[in-house]
Amino acid sequence: MLDDFFIRAIIAGIGIAIVTGSLGCFIVWRRLSFFGDTLAHSALLGVTLAVTIDINIAFSVFVTSSAVALILIKLQKKTNLPGDALLGLLAHSSLAVGLVVIGFLTFIRFDIMGLLFGDILAVTKKDIAVIWIGGALILLVLKLIWKPLFASTVNYELAEAEGMNPDRVNAIFTILMAAIIAISIKMVGLLLITGMLIIPAAMARNLSNNPKQMVIFSIIGGLLSVLIGLFTSLEINTSSGPSIITTALILFIFSLFKLNKRTQLNKK
Amino acid sequence: MINKNNNLLVKLEKTGVYRNNKWLVKDVSLEVNKGKIVTLIGPNGSGKSTTAKIALGLYKDIEGKVEKFTDKIGYVPQKISVDWALPIRVIDFMNLTQDLTNTELNDALTLTGMNHMKHNSLNDLSGGEFQRVLMARAIAKKPELLVLDEPVQGVDFTGEIALYKLIKNISESLKCGILLISHNLHVVMSKTDYVLCLNGHVCCSGTPVAVANDKKYKELFGDDVSKILSIYEHKHDHTHSSDGTIEKK
Repeated sequence: MLDDFFIRAIIAGIGIAIVTGSLGCFIVWRRLSFFGDTLAHSALLGVTLAVTIDINIAFSVFVTSSAVALILIKLQKKTNLPGDALLGLLAHSSLAVGLVVIGFLTFIRFDIMGLLFGDILAVTKKDIAVIWIGGALILLVLKLIWKPLFASTVNYELAEAEGMNPDRVNAIFTILMAAIIAISIKMVGLLLITGMLIIPAAMARNLSNNPKQMVIFSIIGGLLSVLIGLFTSLEINTSSGPSIITTALILFIFSLFKLNKRTQLNKK
Repeated sequence: MINKNNNLLVKLEKTGVYRNNKWLVKDVSLEVNKGKIVTLIGPNGSGKSTTAKIALGLYKDIEGKVEKFTDKIGYVPQKISVDWALPIRVIDFMNLTQDLTNTELNDALTLTGMNHMKHNSLNDLSGGEFQRVLMARAIAKKPELLVLDEPVQGVDFTGEIALYKLIKNISESLKCGILLISHNLHVVMSKTDYVLCLNGHVCCSGTPVAVANDKKYKELFGDDVSKILSIYEHKHDHTHSSDGTIEKK
């Protein structure tokens, strides 16, 4: 069964959607969308590194993205540049460097489009194992740090005053972000991973009134996007990443109707 | 560190915070003991909140020494805003840093008169209602040390009296120590065990009666105010230069 590329893609996609759905909520709550985008852009560098020295792509991307995250945190402390300027600087320079390095690697044929937008044909059995084992680990860690992470998301000082360690859980969360980007890059592509993290969560916000509910709706939204998106991509022969994200967008638009009804009720 | 005094919860010794080329507060010493209410008063920007945060251990590099002898702390910060992107109900917020049983949850919310709104979204609360929820959250797990930064701001007049009564009751029934920041001099004078009057440093301190009779207090708040209530105006016996050092007039 796993020999069918489409089945492989669906199994991989389901794994990714469950993880991005839950992490995505925190990214929306903590206003880290652009941060996630920066980590994703730096993933290209990780991919070229992996190909050059012949190591696992997910592992290499994870290491590169974590390194970029660390550099970013250091830079934020050292310079007075605003955060978004620093993010833009790192995002686009790491993307550019990655592309330049690819130019040097003439002995390997790169599927750049696949890297940028995802490629379901590329998903192997090994990738599925990486996604499901990595994803399970990410969710386990997220569950362990949920309470302090959520508390410091609501109010940093309150959490710290009452005995939690916000700096530590924030750092762990950054690593989790690097990890989810690493395992989903093949499927969704580095330009679209942030969409997979943000759009289902944004849709879920429109439908929910408490954090746990939002996470559940976000996961469901992600799953629907993956399933509908992949079938569409198979039918009309489009790249997997854009098809998934477009589906997510359509779901988000539907969620706006529900939101409008709720706000009208509140105003009455 | 050895705690010789069993009732001692937190102790600040000559603490100060220096940020962005100026002292936010300097040379503050105080201690909070079980069952006692210590109140910080002083004009805006005098370092009241900063002092509370020093006591909570929220500043990493400070002058002086701060020792905490309890981990059971309830904190009501001065300002808290919750982003719309984050859907959160009163009941979720109550459990933010703790796991409450149903009884603990209902008791705390009933005490501050908010039990009927526990399923409402935080974003839908008014300022005063939010303040009551903050208070309920801080006392729900029966802390040993309560730090309350302007806990009644935005609360209506009757609610204010009720909340202050509640604070007094809590300190008596839970035997917890309270570090209170307040603008309301009337309450300060009637319910507090120890008062620190701040103005970037400790202007004067002592029992409410001692502080009310203190010359510096009268100079800081004016003669009429020391007879309590009414508007207070500031008369300083010194000015502060840009780096925060004190220049006597």
